[in-house]
Amino acid sequence: MKMRKIKDLTLRGLTWLCAGVTAAMLLFLLAYILLKGVPHIKPSLFALHYNSENVSLFPALVITVLTVALSLLIAVPLGVFAAVYLAEYAKRGSRFVRLVRTTAETLAGIPSILYGLFGSLFFVAWLGWGYSLLAGSCTLAIMILPLVMRTTEESLKAVPDSYREGAFGLGAGKLRTVFRIILPAAAPGILAGIILAIGRIVGETAALIYTLGNTADVDPSRGLFTSGRTLSMHMYSLANNALYTDQAYATAVVLLVVVIGINALSAFLAKKIVKR
Amino acid sequence: MGKFTLCDVELWYNDFKALKNVTMDIGANEITAFIGPSGCGKSTLLKSLNRMNDLVEGCKITGKLLLDGEDIYGGIDVNLLRKRVGMVFQKPNPFPMSVYDNIAFGPRTHGVKSRYRLDEIVEKSLRDAAIWDECNGRLKKSALSLSGGQQQRLCIARALSVEPDVLLMDEPTSALDPISTSKIEDLLAELKKRYTVVIVTHNMQQATRISDRTAFFLLGEMVEYGDTEQIFSLPRDKRTEDYITGRFG
Ligand SMILES: Nc1ncnc2c1ncn2[C@@H]1O[C@H](COP(=O)(O)OP(=O)(O)OP(=O)(O)O)[C@@H](O)[C@H]1O
Ligand SMILES: [Mg+2]
Repeated sequence: MKMRKIKDLTLRGLTWLCAGVTAAMLLFLLAYILLKGVPHIKPSLFALHYNSENVSLFPALVITVLTVALSLLIAVPLGVFAAVYLAEYAKRGSRFVRLVRTTAETLAGIPSILYGLFGSLFFVAWLGWGYSLLAGSCTLAIMILPLVMRTTEESLKAVPDSYREGAFGLGAGKLRTVFRIILPAAAPGILAGIILAIGRIVGETAALIYTLGNTADVDPSRGLFTSGRTLSMHMYSLANNALYTDQAYATAVVLLVVVIGINALSAFLAKKIVKR
Repeated sequence: MGKFTLCDVELWYNDFKALKNVTMDIGANEITAFIGPSGCGKSTLLKSLNRMNDLVEGCKITGKLLLDGEDIYGGIDVNLLRKRVGMVFQKPNPFPMSVYDNIAFGPRTHGVKSRYRLDEIVEKSLRDAAIWDECNGRLKKSALSLSGGQQQRLCIARALSVEPDVLLMDEPTSALDPISTSKIEDLLAELKKRYTVVIVTHNMQQATRISDRTAFFLLGEMVEYGDTEQIFSLPRDKRTEDYITGRFG
């Protein structure tokens, strides 16, 4: 009895410790970035155009948001519908399904620089889009497609069959069952996948250097064909220059806020869509 | 003629023959109980009455199954068939949405759009399933926040919402406490005035309490079928007698 209690306490202590360490590391990181960065956030950082004087992050901020939006716009519908096909329509265990799944798994494990290489050969050179928002977003869309597809498929599979039986039992067809019952039930899991995907997009640099380019300023008149860089790439460039260390930290703070903002927004949108 | 007419029904799950030669008439406005040991094919037969077996890969059915004289496995629209032949499952399976939306899902599926009409249907179905008093005022709350017994009655209400002729119930009370069970049994006595009910149960007392006719199954075969009173007092087959007296199964 005593032994059991001691074991129980140690285990509880250990789990508590692990949770504590994880939280502490995160808090430390956050505090460190905030302390180093917040004092250096100045209005000039948000100037409309970049020059080496103000090292404005504004163009990069716009590009980041646009890249995320465009990549998701391409990858989410594709990935979700592909997953719906695999999980709900395809014959279970058919050869085609296995092929698609294996391909997706393989693609998910490829280093991002390879996507960058492909993007620069295909979109930038072959299609002649040049270093552009469009080429960068398409490259990233391909990169996150397997992630979106796999997480969606997993969450669809996690929806209990009893929901399907319930819906079919009422005379609902396949389409209605999938869109009104299954997808809404799977929405939290799909959203988690999308948030992971956003994380990958925002943090990506290697796949973008040769597709989006790495220019600090943008040319709005060129629309989707403007080159540019995301906040992560921007930070990387700043951090490379000892002169701009402070601004790099300030940019990091903005990046954090942007990521939190985008995640909150996608959670909000997902809820809206499910409610309808 | 009965509501359902079954003639020589056989059913395979791939190579496994789950139903052998089932021939029976199921009467309208009666409660018919299916009894028998686990794995004898009760659920299988029940599900073939509204073609829920279609969802199972490798399931093959032969023989004649008629609903009001119409071939269930002929050119009938499956979705309309399932609207006419509703189903309540062993485990309560409300959708993860509000009580209201759970009930409204069926009518919406079949084209009811008017808010006013939906409100009416929701109230009527919940009243018919004897759960209106417990749900009124929390229609917008998630159905998953209801208790198990309430969820099962909600599922009955949901099945009633599309105005079926027949209600198939697969052990609807096996996960419930005695109070919820007796509520549902009272409900069935009420429902049979308007619906034909087919119920699978493992509970002999329940079968005697509520059903008019009882069918006893063993290893995919229908051993005996008759008035409930006769089956339980004067079973003709030795195997039926053994089963209901608890000597096996
Ligand atoms: N989807 C399936 N695939 C293959 N075999 C199945 C399937 N469903 C049921 N069976 C088999 O068919 C037989 C009858 O199953 P069924 O579910 O109808 O039994 P039951 O009488 O309802 O039993 P219980 O009282 O335990 O619910 C069983 O032997 C079962 O293993
Ligand atoms: Mg069963």
